[in-house]
Amino acid sequence: MEYLNTIFQEVYKILFLLIPVLVSVAMIVWLDRRVWAFVQKRQGPNVVGPFGLLQTLADALKYVFKEIIIPASSNKIIFILAPIITMTLALIAWAVIPFGEDQVLANINVGILYIFAVSSLGVYGIIMGGWASNSKYPFLGAIRSAAQMVSYEVSIGIIIINVLLCVGSLNLNDIVLAQKDMWFVIPLFPMFVIFFISSLAETNRPPFDLPEAEAELVAGYQTEYSGMMYAMFWLGEYANILLMCALGSILFLGGWLSPIELYPFNLIPGAIWLIFKILFLFILFALVKAIVPRYRYDQLMRLGWKIFLPLSLVYVVLTSSYLFYFNLLPTI
Amino acid sequence: MIAHAIFFYVFSFIAIISAIMVTVSKNTVHSVFFLILDFISISCLFIMIGAEFLGMIMLIVYVGAVAVLFLFVVMMLNVAQQKNQWLLSEDSSGHIPIGLIISVLIFFELIIVIGGWKYRPELIDTGYLNNISEMTNTHSLGQILYTDFIHVFQISGMILLIAMIGAIVLTFRKREGVKTQSYIKQISRERSEGVELLEVPSNKGVKIDD
Repeated sequence: MEYLNTIFQEVYKILFLLIPVLVSVAMIVWLDRRVWAFVQKRQGPNVVGPFGLLQTLADALKYVFKEIIIPASSNKIIFILAPIITMTLALIAWAVIPFGEDQVLANINVGILYIFAVSSLGVYGIIMGGWASNSKYPFLGAIRSAAQMVSYEVSIGIIIINVLLCVGSLNLNDIVLAQKDMWFVIPLFPMFVIFFISSLAETNRPPFDLPEAEAELVAGYQTEYSGMMYAMFWLGEYANILLMCALGSILFLGGWLSPIELYPFNLIPGAIWLIFKILFLFILFALVKAIVPRYRYDQLMRLGWKIFLPLSLVYVVLTSSYLFYFNLLPTI
Repeated sequence: MIAHAIFFYVFSFIAIISAIMVTVSKNTVHSVFFLILDFISISCLFIMIGAEFLGMIMLIVYVGAVAVLFLFVVMMLNVAQQKNQWLLSEDSSGHIPIGLIISVLIFFELIIVIGGWKYRPELIDTGYLNNISEMTNTHSLGQILYTDFIHVFQISGMILLIAMIGAIVLTFRKREGVKTQSYIKQISRERSEGVELLEVPSNKGVKIDD
Protein backbone atom coordinates (compact mmCIF):
# COMPACT_ATOMS: atom_id res chain seq x y z
CA MET A 1 0.00 0.00 0.00
CA GLU A 2 2.78 2.40 0.96
CA TYR A 3 4.58 1.62 -2.29
CA LEU A 4 1.44 2.33 -4.26
CA ASN A 5 0.96 5.65 -2.48
CA THR A 6 4.47 6.85 -3.27
CA ILE A 7 4.16 5.66 -6.84
CA PHE A 8 0.88 7.54 -7.30
CA GLN A 9 2.37 10.66 -5.77
CA GLU A 10 5.33 10.51 -8.15
CA VAL A 11 3.07 9.90 -11.15
CA TYR A 12 0.97 12.87 -10.12
CA LYS A 13 4.08 15.07 -9.90
CA ILE A 14 5.35 13.85 -13.26
CA LEU A 15 2.00 14.57 -14.94
CA PHE A 16 1.96 18.00 -13.30
CA LEU A 17 5.26 18.72 -15.06
CA LEU A 18 4.70 16.87 -18.34
CA ILE A 19 1.30 18.23 -19.33
CA PRO A 20 2.34 21.90 -19.00
CA VAL A 21 5.50 21.14 -20.97
CA LEU A 22 3.52 19.51 -23.79
CA VAL A 23 0.95 22.31 -23.85
CA SER A 24 3.68 24.93 -23.88
CA VAL A 25 5.38 23.09 -26.75
CA ALA A 26 2.16 23.53 -28.73
CA MET A 27 1.98 27.20 -27.78
CA ILE A 28 5.62 27.74 -28.60
CA VAL A 29 5.16 26.40 -32.14
CA TRP A 30 2.45 29.01 -32.59
CA LEU A 31 4.70 31.72 -31.14
CA ASP A 32 7.54 30.64 -33.42
CA ARG A 33 5.37 30.95 -36.52
CA ARG A 34 3.91 34.26 -35.35
CA VAL A 35 7.30 35.87 -34.70
CA TRP A 36 8.60 34.52 -37.96
CA ALA A 37 5.60 36.01 -39.76
CA PHE A 38 5.84 39.40 -38.08
CA VAL A 39 9.50 39.77 -39.06
CA GLN A 40 8.51 39.10 -42.65
CA LYS A 41 5.48 41.47 -42.47
CA ARG A 42 2.95 38.65 -42.68
CA GLN A 43 0.12 37.77 -40.30
CA GLY A 44 1.03 34.18 -39.51
CA PRO A 45 -1.53 31.70 -38.16
CA ASN A 46 -4.43 33.82 -36.90
CA VAL A 47 -7.62 31.99 -37.88
CA VAL A 48 -8.10 29.00 -35.55
CA GLY A 49 -9.11 30.20 -32.10
CA PRO A 50 -8.25 33.58 -30.56
CA PHE A 51 -5.12 35.00 -32.28
CA GLY A 52 -4.75 31.60 -33.94
CA LEU A 53 -3.69 30.07 -30.63
CA LEU A 54 -5.33 26.74 -31.45
CA GLN A 55 -3.55 26.38 -34.80
CA THR A 56 -1.05 23.86 -33.40
CA LEU A 57 -3.88 21.82 -31.91
CA ALA A 58 -5.55 21.71 -35.30
CA ASP A 59 -2.29 20.64 -36.91
CA ALA A 60 -1.78 17.95 -34.30
CA LEU A 61 -5.31 16.61 -34.87
CA LYS A 62 -4.63 16.50 -38.58
CA TYR A 63 -1.47 14.46 -37.96
CA VAL A 64 -3.31 12.06 -35.64
CA PHE A 65 -5.93 11.25 -38.25
CA LYS A 66 -3.46 10.75 -41.09
CA GLU A 67 -2.34 7.29 -42.06
CA ILE A 68 1.07 6.15 -40.87
CA ILE A 69 3.00 4.88 -43.87
CA ILE A 70 5.96 2.61 -43.18
CA PRO A 71 8.21 2.14 -46.23
CA ALA A 72 8.38 -1.48 -47.36
CA SER A 73 12.17 -1.61 -47.49
CA SER A 74 12.68 0.12 -44.17
CA ASN A 75 13.94 -1.49 -40.98
CA LYS A 76 10.58 -1.50 -39.24
CA ILE A 77 11.48 -1.78 -35.57
CA ILE A 78 14.13 0.94 -35.68
CA PHE A 79 11.92 3.07 -37.95
CA ILE A 80 9.16 3.08 -35.32
CA LEU A 81 11.59 3.39 -32.42
CA ALA A 82 13.29 6.56 -33.73
CA PRO A 83 10.49 9.13 -33.12
CA ILE A 84 9.70 7.51 -29.77
CA ILE A 85 13.31 7.93 -28.68
CA THR A 86 13.44 11.56 -29.84
CA MET A 87 10.27 12.42 -27.94
CA THR A 88 11.18 10.51 -24.77
CA LEU A 89 14.65 12.03 -24.55
CA ALA A 90 13.25 15.51 -25.05
CA LEU A 91 10.82 15.00 -22.17
CA ILE A 92 12.88 13.10 -19.56
CA ALA A 93 15.44 15.88 -19.34
CA TRP A 94 12.78 18.12 -17.75
CA ALA A 95 12.94 15.99 -14.60
CA VAL A 96 15.91 17.95 -13.24
CA ILE A 97 14.97 21.50 -14.27
CA PRO A 98 14.33 23.50 -11.06
CA PHE A 99 11.31 25.82 -11.12
CA GLY A 100 11.95 27.06 -7.60
CA GLU A 101 13.95 26.44 -4.44
CA ASP A 102 12.35 22.99 -4.01
CA GLN A 103 10.03 22.79 -7.01
CA VAL A 104 12.03 20.17 -8.85
CA LEU A 105 11.13 16.60 -9.68
CA ALA A 106 14.58 15.12 -9.01
CA ASN A 107 17.15 17.29 -7.28
CA ILE A 108 20.16 15.14 -8.20
CA ASN A 109 23.81 15.95 -7.57
CA VAL A 110 24.85 15.72 -11.20
CA GLY A 111 21.87 17.54 -12.74
CA ILE A 112 23.84 19.44 -15.35
CA LEU A 113 25.66 16.29 -16.46
CA TYR A 114 22.29 14.52 -16.71
CA ILE A 115 20.92 17.19 -19.04
CA PHE A 116 24.13 17.15 -21.07
CA ALA A 117 24.01 13.35 -21.36
CA VAL A 118 20.34 13.30 -22.37
CA SER A 119 20.83 16.01 -24.98
CA SER A 120 23.83 14.13 -26.37
CA LEU A 121 21.64 11.03 -26.69
CA GLY A 122 19.21 13.06 -28.78
CA VAL A 123 21.29 12.40 -31.88
CA TYR A 124 20.22 8.75 -31.88
CA GLY A 125 16.60 9.51 -32.69
CA ILE A 126 17.72 11.33 -35.81
CA ILE A 127 20.40 8.88 -36.87
CA MET A 128 18.10 5.87 -36.34
CA GLY A 129 15.29 7.52 -38.28
CA GLY A 130 17.62 8.39 -41.13
CA TRP A 131 19.20 4.97 -41.34
CA ALA A 132 16.03 2.92 -40.90
CA SER A 133 14.24 4.81 -43.69
CA ASN A 134 16.62 3.08 -46.13
CA SER A 135 16.60 6.01 -48.50
CA LYS A 136 19.29 8.41 -49.68
CA TYR A 137 18.08 11.81 -48.48
CA PRO A 138 17.16 10.76 -44.93
CA PHE A 139 20.50 9.01 -44.59
CA LEU A 140 22.45 12.08 -45.72
CA GLY A 141 20.44 14.22 -43.32
CA ALA A 142 21.12 11.83 -40.45
CA ILE A 143 24.86 11.75 -41.13
CA ARG A 144 25.00 15.54 -41.32
CA SER A 145 23.09 15.97 -38.12
CA ALA A 146 25.20 13.46 -36.22
CA ALA A 147 28.43 15.24 -37.17
CA GLN A 148 26.90 18.61 -36.38
CA MET A 149 25.52 17.67 -32.98
CA VAL A 150 28.69 15.90 -31.85
CA SER A 151 30.88 18.84 -32.79
CA TYR A 152 28.75 21.49 -31.13
CA GLU A 153 28.37 19.39 -27.99
CA VAL A 154 32.10 19.80 -27.42
CA SER A 155 31.88 23.57 -27.18
CA ILE A 156 28.71 23.42 -25.07
CA GLY A 157 30.54 21.11 -22.65
CA ILE A 158 33.42 23.54 -22.30
CA ILE A 159 31.03 26.47 -21.79
CA ILE A 160 29.36 24.48 -19.01
CA ILE A 161 32.82 24.00 -17.45
CA ASN A 162 33.16 27.80 -17.41
CA VAL A 163 29.98 28.12 -15.40
CA LEU A 164 30.85 25.24 -13.12
CA LEU A 165 34.19 26.85 -12.25
CA CYS A 166 32.24 29.77 -10.78
CA VAL A 167 29.75 27.53 -8.94
CA GLY A 168 31.67 24.54 -7.60
CA SER A 169 28.73 22.15 -7.88
CA LEU A 170 26.97 20.15 -10.57
CA ASN A 171 23.56 20.61 -8.96
CA LEU A 172 21.24 22.86 -10.98
CA ASN A 173 19.76 24.49 -7.88
CA ASP A 174 23.25 25.37 -6.63
CA ILE A 175 24.02 26.88 -10.03
CA VAL A 176 20.94 29.09 -9.74
CA LEU A 177 21.69 30.08 -6.14
CA ALA A 178 25.29 31.01 -7.02
CA GLN A 179 23.87 33.76 -9.27
CA LYS A 180 22.13 35.53 -6.40
CA ASP A 181 24.50 38.51 -6.52
CA MET A 182 25.18 38.62 -10.22
CA TRP A 183 23.84 36.63 -13.13
CA PHE A 184 26.57 34.79 -15.00
CA VAL A 185 25.54 36.51 -18.20
CA ILE A 186 27.51 39.59 -17.05
CA PRO A 187 30.96 38.12 -16.34
CA LEU A 188 30.59 35.34 -18.92
CA PHE A 189 28.86 37.30 -21.69
CA PRO A 190 30.98 35.91 -24.58
CA MET A 191 30.22 32.42 -23.33
CA PHE A 192 26.50 33.23 -23.30
CA VAL A 193 26.66 34.27 -26.94
CA ILE A 194 28.58 31.13 -27.91
CA PHE A 195 26.17 28.98 -25.87
CA PHE A 196 23.22 30.53 -27.64
CA ILE A 197 24.67 29.88 -31.10
CA SER A 198 25.78 26.37 -30.17
CA SER A 199 22.33 25.54 -28.85
CA LEU A 200 20.89 26.67 -32.18
CA ALA A 201 23.18 24.12 -33.83
CA GLU A 202 22.46 21.47 -31.21
CA THR A 203 18.70 21.67 -31.79
CA ASN A 204 19.01 21.84 -35.60
CA ARG A 205 17.42 25.26 -35.74
CA PRO A 206 18.02 27.70 -38.58
CA PRO A 207 20.63 28.90 -39.58
CA PHE A 208 22.03 25.46 -38.76
CA ASP A 209 19.11 23.35 -39.97
CA LEU A 210 21.25 21.45 -42.48
CA PRO A 211 19.91 18.01 -41.43
CA GLU A 212 16.49 18.98 -42.76
CA ALA A 213 17.49 21.51 -45.40
CA GLU A 214 14.41 21.39 -47.56
CA ALA A 215 16.10 22.75 -50.67
CA GLU A 216 18.74 20.04 -50.91
CA LEU A 217 17.58 17.11 -48.76
CA VAL A 218 13.78 17.43 -49.09
CA ALA A 219 13.35 17.23 -45.30
CA GLY A 220 16.35 15.22 -44.23
CA TYR A 221 15.69 12.43 -41.79
CA GLN A 222 11.93 13.14 -41.68
CA THR A 223 11.29 12.52 -45.37
CA GLU A 224 9.80 9.04 -45.00
CA TYR A 225 7.78 9.81 -41.86
CA SER A 226 4.11 10.58 -41.89
CA GLY A 227 1.18 11.09 -39.58
CA MET A 228 1.68 10.70 -35.84
CA MET A 229 5.31 9.62 -36.15
CA TYR A 230 6.20 12.84 -37.94
CA ALA A 231 4.31 14.77 -35.26
CA MET A 232 6.37 13.04 -32.57
CA PHE A 233 9.62 14.10 -34.23
CA TRP A 234 8.29 17.60 -34.42
CA LEU A 235 7.12 17.67 -30.79
CA GLY A 236 10.46 16.26 -29.65
CA GLU A 237 12.33 18.90 -31.62
CA TYR A 238 10.39 21.77 -30.06
CA ALA A 239 10.59 20.23 -26.56
CA ASN A 240 14.36 20.08 -27.09
CA ILE A 241 14.43 23.75 -28.09
CA LEU A 242 12.49 24.66 -24.93
CA LEU A 243 14.91 22.56 -22.91
CA MET A 244 17.94 24.36 -24.35
CA CYS A 245 16.25 27.70 -23.56
CA ALA A 246 15.64 26.51 -20.00
CA LEU A 247 19.26 25.40 -19.70
CA GLY A 248 20.48 28.74 -21.02
CA SER A 249 18.35 30.66 -18.54
CA ILE A 250 19.52 28.45 -15.65
CA LEU A 251 23.19 28.69 -16.56
CA PHE A 252 23.35 32.38 -17.46
CA LEU A 253 20.13 34.25 -16.64
CA GLY A 254 19.70 33.21 -13.02
CA GLY A 255 17.04 30.52 -13.45
CA TRP A 256 14.11 31.11 -11.11
CA LEU A 257 15.71 34.11 -9.37
CA SER A 258 13.93 37.40 -9.81
CA PRO A 259 16.02 40.08 -11.53
CA ILE A 260 15.63 42.59 -8.69
CA GLU A 261 15.46 41.55 -5.05
CA LEU A 262 12.85 44.15 -4.10
CA TYR A 263 9.39 43.96 -2.58
CA PRO A 264 6.93 43.72 -5.49
CA PHE A 265 9.20 41.45 -7.52
CA ASN A 266 9.75 39.03 -4.64
CA LEU A 267 6.08 38.12 -4.57
CA ILE A 268 6.12 36.67 -8.08
CA PRO A 269 6.96 32.96 -7.79
CA GLY A 270 10.22 31.73 -9.29
CA ALA A 271 8.52 29.52 -11.84
CA ILE A 272 7.02 32.61 -13.52
CA TRP A 273 10.44 34.23 -13.78
CA LEU A 274 11.91 31.08 -15.27
CA ILE A 275 9.08 30.93 -17.81
CA PHE A 276 9.68 34.59 -18.74
CA LYS A 277 13.38 33.91 -19.27
CA ILE A 278 12.66 30.81 -21.36
CA LEU A 279 10.23 32.85 -23.47
CA PHE A 280 12.80 35.61 -23.92
CA LEU A 281 15.40 33.13 -25.16
CA PHE A 282 12.84 31.42 -27.37
CA ILE A 283 11.83 34.67 -29.04
CA LEU A 284 15.54 35.20 -29.77
CA PHE A 285 15.58 31.70 -31.34
CA ALA A 286 12.55 32.59 -33.47
CA LEU A 287 14.07 35.93 -34.54
CA VAL A 288 17.28 34.20 -35.61
CA LYS A 289 15.21 31.81 -37.72
CA ALA A 290 13.58 34.72 -39.50
CA ILE A 291 16.68 36.85 -39.98
CA VAL A 292 19.70 34.68 -40.76
CA PRO A 293 20.16 32.64 -43.96
CA ARG A 294 21.27 29.02 -43.77
CA TYR A 295 24.96 28.22 -43.29
CA ARG A 296 26.92 26.07 -45.68
CA TYR A 297 28.12 22.78 -44.19
CA ASP A 298 31.85 23.56 -44.21
CA GLN A 299 31.15 26.98 -42.67
CA LEU A 300 29.23 25.24 -39.90
CA MET A 301 32.11 22.89 -39.13
CA ARG A 302 34.61 25.72 -39.28
CA LEU A 303 32.55 27.78 -36.84
CA GLY A 304 32.26 24.89 -34.40
CA TRP A 305 35.79 23.54 -34.39
CA LYS A 306 37.99 26.48 -35.38
CA ILE A 307 36.27 29.37 -33.65
CA PHE A 308 33.99 28.27 -30.81
CA LEU A 309 36.18 25.49 -29.41
CA PRO A 310 39.41 27.56 -29.09
CA LEU A 311 37.47 30.60 -27.82
CA SER A 312 35.71 28.67 -25.09
CA LEU A 313 38.95 26.90 -24.12
CA VAL A 314 40.73 30.25 -23.79
CA TYR A 315 37.84 31.49 -21.68
CA VAL A 316 38.21 28.48 -19.35
CA VAL A 317 41.83 29.47 -18.77
CA LEU A 318 40.83 33.11 -18.25
CA THR A 319 38.02 32.31 -15.83
CA SER A 320 40.05 29.89 -13.76
CA SER A 321 43.07 32.20 -13.54
CA TYR A 322 40.84 35.15 -12.62
CA LEU A 323 39.11 33.13 -9.90
CA PHE A 324 42.43 31.80 -8.61
CA TYR A 325 44.20 35.18 -8.60
CA PHE A 326 41.43 37.00 -6.74
CA ASN A 327 40.81 34.03 -4.44
CA LEU A 328 37.20 33.69 -5.60
CA LEU A 329 37.25 29.94 -6.16
CA PRO A 330 34.14 28.38 -4.63
CA THR A 331 34.71 26.42 -1.46
CA ILE A 332 33.49 22.86 -1.39
CA MET B 1 15.26 -3.06 -0.93
CA ILE B 2 13.09 -5.33 -3.09
CA ALA B 3 12.68 -2.60 -5.68
CA HIS B 4 16.46 -2.14 -5.67
CA ALA B 5 17.02 -5.83 -6.31
CA ILE B 6 14.41 -5.90 -9.07
CA PHE B 7 16.01 -2.92 -10.83
CA PHE B 8 19.47 -4.45 -10.44
CA TYR B 9 18.40 -7.72 -12.04
CA VAL B 10 16.51 -5.97 -14.83
CA PHE B 11 19.48 -3.79 -15.76
CA SER B 12 22.04 -6.56 -15.52
CA PHE B 13 19.81 -8.91 -17.52
CA ILE B 14 19.48 -6.28 -20.27
CA ALA B 15 23.23 -5.66 -20.15
CA ILE B 16 24.13 -9.32 -20.55
CA ILE B 17 21.53 -10.05 -23.21
CA SER B 18 22.51 -7.02 -25.27
CA ALA B 19 26.21 -7.89 -24.90
CA ILE B 20 25.43 -11.31 -26.34
CA MET B 21 23.35 -9.74 -29.11
CA VAL B 22 26.29 -7.48 -30.08
CA THR B 23 28.27 -10.53 -31.15
CA VAL B 24 25.36 -12.64 -32.40
CA SER B 25 23.34 -10.25 -34.56
CA LYS B 26 24.06 -10.45 -38.27
CA ASN B 27 23.44 -6.81 -39.12
CA THR B 28 26.41 -4.73 -37.94
CA VAL B 29 24.30 -1.63 -37.38
CA HIS B 30 22.07 -3.67 -35.09
CA SER B 31 25.08 -4.80 -33.11
CA VAL B 32 26.14 -1.18 -32.62
CA PHE B 33 22.63 -0.37 -31.37
CA PHE B 34 22.85 -3.29 -28.94
CA LEU B 35 26.25 -1.99 -27.83
CA ILE B 36 24.60 1.35 -27.06
CA LEU B 37 21.88 -0.42 -25.07
CA ASP B 38 24.62 -2.24 -23.19
CA PHE B 39 26.41 1.03 -22.36
CA ILE B 40 23.17 2.58 -21.15
CA SER B 41 22.25 -0.30 -18.88
CA ILE B 42 25.77 -0.39 -17.45
CA SER B 43 25.58 3.32 -16.69
CA CYS B 44 22.24 2.63 -14.96
CA LEU B 45 24.06 0.02 -12.84
CA PHE B 46 26.74 2.60 -12.00
CA ILE B 47 24.05 5.03 -10.88
CA MET B 48 22.43 2.30 -8.76
CA ILE B 49 25.60 1.75 -6.71
CA GLY B 50 25.77 5.50 -6.09
CA ALA B 51 28.47 6.34 -8.64
CA GLU B 52 26.29 8.87 -10.45
CA PHE B 53 29.24 10.83 -11.84
CA LEU B 54 30.73 7.73 -13.49
CA GLY B 55 27.34 6.76 -14.86
CA MET B 56 26.75 10.16 -16.44
CA ILE B 57 30.29 10.32 -17.86
CA MET B 58 29.73 6.85 -19.29
CA LEU B 59 26.59 8.14 -21.01
CA ILE B 60 28.23 11.32 -22.31
CA VAL B 61 31.51 9.83 -23.50
CA TYR B 62 30.61 6.33 -24.67
CA VAL B 63 27.01 6.69 -25.77
CA GLY B 64 27.09 10.34 -26.81
CA ALA B 65 30.39 10.34 -28.67
CA VAL B 66 32.17 7.00 -29.14
CA ALA B 67 29.12 4.99 -30.20
CA VAL B 68 28.10 7.74 -32.64
CA LEU B 69 31.50 7.35 -34.32
CA PHE B 70 31.04 3.55 -34.38
CA LEU B 71 27.68 4.03 -36.07
CA PHE B 72 29.27 6.41 -38.56
CA VAL B 73 31.98 3.94 -39.49
CA VAL B 74 29.59 1.00 -39.70
CA MET B 75 27.05 2.89 -41.79
CA MET B 76 29.57 4.47 -44.17
CA LEU B 77 31.96 1.58 -44.78
CA ASN B 78 29.37 -1.15 -45.34
CA VAL B 79 30.98 -3.39 -42.76
CA ALA B 80 27.97 -5.72 -42.81
CA GLN B 81 29.02 -7.16 -46.15
CA GLN B 82 32.62 -7.62 -45.05
CA LYS B 83 31.47 -9.37 -41.90
CA ASN B 84 29.35 -11.81 -43.87
CA GLN B 85 32.19 -12.50 -46.32
CA TRP B 86 34.54 -13.07 -43.45
CA LEU B 87 32.17 -15.48 -41.74
CA LEU B 88 31.42 -17.47 -44.89
CA SER B 89 34.91 -17.68 -46.40
CA GLU B 90 37.14 -20.75 -45.98
CA ASP B 91 40.30 -19.11 -44.64
CA SER B 92 38.53 -17.37 -41.76
CA SER B 93 39.13 -20.29 -39.40
CA GLY B 94 42.66 -19.00 -38.74
CA HIS B 95 41.23 -16.18 -36.64
CA ILE B 96 39.26 -18.40 -34.29
CA PRO B 97 42.23 -19.77 -32.24
CA ILE B 98 43.54 -16.22 -31.68
CA GLY B 99 40.13 -15.12 -30.45
CA LEU B 100 39.93 -18.14 -28.18
CA ILE B 101 43.38 -17.43 -26.68
CA ILE B 102 42.46 -13.80 -26.00
CA SER B 103 39.15 -14.70 -24.38
CA VAL B 104 40.79 -17.36 -22.17
CA LEU B 105 43.41 -14.79 -21.11
CA ILE B 106 40.72 -12.24 -20.21
CA PHE B 107 38.79 -14.91 -18.30
CA PHE B 108 41.83 -15.85 -16.16
CA GLU B 109 42.64 -12.19 -15.53
CA LEU B 110 39.10 -11.69 -14.25
CA ILE B 111 39.41 -14.77 -12.01
CA ILE B 112 42.69 -13.47 -10.58
CA VAL B 113 41.30 -9.99 -9.94
CA ILE B 114 38.04 -11.12 -8.35
CA GLY B 115 39.71 -13.93 -6.40
CA GLY B 116 42.39 -11.57 -5.09
CA TRP B 117 39.68 -9.17 -4.02
CA LYS B 118 37.86 -11.89 -2.12
CA TYR B 119 40.71 -13.85 -0.51
CA ARG B 120 43.54 -11.30 -0.14
CA PRO B 121 41.79 -8.00 0.64
CA GLU B 122 44.97 -6.59 2.21
CA LEU B 123 46.59 -6.45 -1.24
CA ILE B 124 44.27 -3.68 -2.32
CA ASP B 125 44.85 -0.59 -0.23
CA THR B 126 41.66 1.42 0.09
CA GLY B 127 42.73 3.44 3.11
CA TYR B 128 42.35 6.75 1.33
CA LEU B 129 38.75 5.94 0.50
CA ASN B 130 37.58 6.12 4.10
CA ASN B 131 37.40 9.87 4.61
CA ILE B 132 35.39 10.66 1.51
CA SER B 133 32.07 9.11 2.39
CA GLU B 134 30.42 12.40 3.32
CA MET B 135 31.27 14.17 0.06
CA THR B 136 29.41 13.80 -3.23
CA ASN B 137 31.24 11.41 -5.47
CA THR B 138 32.18 14.12 -7.98
CA HIS B 139 34.12 15.89 -5.23
CA SER B 140 35.71 12.70 -3.97
CA LEU B 141 36.82 11.66 -7.46
CA GLY B 142 38.37 15.07 -7.98
CA GLN B 143 39.99 14.92 -4.55
CA ILE B 144 41.70 11.63 -5.41
CA LEU B 145 42.48 12.25 -9.07
CA TYR B 146 44.09 15.64 -8.50
CA THR B 147 46.13 14.72 -5.40
CA ASP B 148 47.27 11.09 -5.16
CA PHE B 149 47.07 10.24 -8.84
CA ILE B 150 47.84 13.59 -10.45
CA HIS B 151 50.80 12.25 -12.46
CA VAL B 152 48.94 9.23 -13.82
CA PHE B 153 46.00 11.47 -14.64
CA GLN B 154 48.17 13.99 -16.48
CA ILE B 155 50.04 11.27 -18.35
CA SER B 156 46.82 9.65 -19.54
CA GLY B 157 45.62 13.05 -20.72
CA MET B 158 48.89 13.55 -22.62
CA ILE B 159 48.55 10.11 -24.24
CA LEU B 160 45.05 10.98 -25.43
CA LEU B 161 46.30 14.30 -26.82
CA ILE B 162 49.14 12.58 -28.66
CA ALA B 163 46.74 10.00 -30.07
CA MET B 164 44.48 12.77 -31.30
CA ILE B 165 47.34 14.66 -32.95
CA GLY B 166 48.59 11.39 -34.46
CA ALA B 167 45.19 10.65 -35.97
CA ILE B 168 45.03 14.11 -37.48
CA VAL B 169 48.56 13.85 -38.89
CA LEU B 170 47.83 10.41 -40.39
CA THR B 171 44.66 11.47 -42.14
CA PHE B 172 45.61 15.01 -43.12
CA ARG B 173 46.48 15.27 -46.76
CA LYS B 174 47.25 18.42 -48.67
CA ARG B 175 45.67 17.92 -52.05
CA GLU B 176 46.83 19.78 -55.14
CA GLY B 177 44.45 21.75 -57.27
CA VAL B 178 41.73 22.22 -54.68
CA LYS B 179 40.26 25.69 -54.51
CA THR B 180 39.69 26.89 -50.96
CA GLN B 181 37.86 30.00 -49.91
CA SER B 182 39.53 32.74 -47.93
CA TYR B 183 36.89 34.19 -45.65
CA ILE B 184 38.76 37.44 -45.07
CA LYS B 185 39.09 37.94 -48.82
CA GLN B 186 35.37 37.27 -49.30
CA ILE B 187 34.31 39.66 -46.57
CA SER B 188 36.67 42.48 -47.53
CA ARG B 189 35.52 42.51 -51.17
CA GLU B 190 34.25 45.92 -52.21
CA ARG B 191 31.68 46.89 -54.79
CA SER B 192 34.23 48.80 -56.87
CA GLU B 193 36.32 45.69 -57.60
CA GLY B 194 33.37 43.38 -58.16
CA VAL B 195 31.00 45.31 -60.40
CA GLU B 196 31.73 47.56 -63.33
CA LEU B 197 29.23 49.64 -65.26
CA LEU B 198 29.91 49.85 -68.98
CA GLU B 199 28.44 52.01 -71.66
CA VAL B 200 27.44 49.53 -74.38
CA PRO B 201 27.23 50.97 -77.91
CA SER B 202 24.43 49.35 -79.87
CA ASN B 203 25.26 46.67 -82.46
CA LYS B 204 28.91 46.56 -81.31
CA GLY B 205 29.05 45.08 -77.84
CA VAL B 206 31.95 45.36 -75.40
CA LYS B 207 34.93 43.23 -74.55
CA ILE B 208 35.16 42.18 -70.91
CA ASP B 209 38.23 40.60 -69.28
CA ASP B 210 40.72 40.69 -72.11
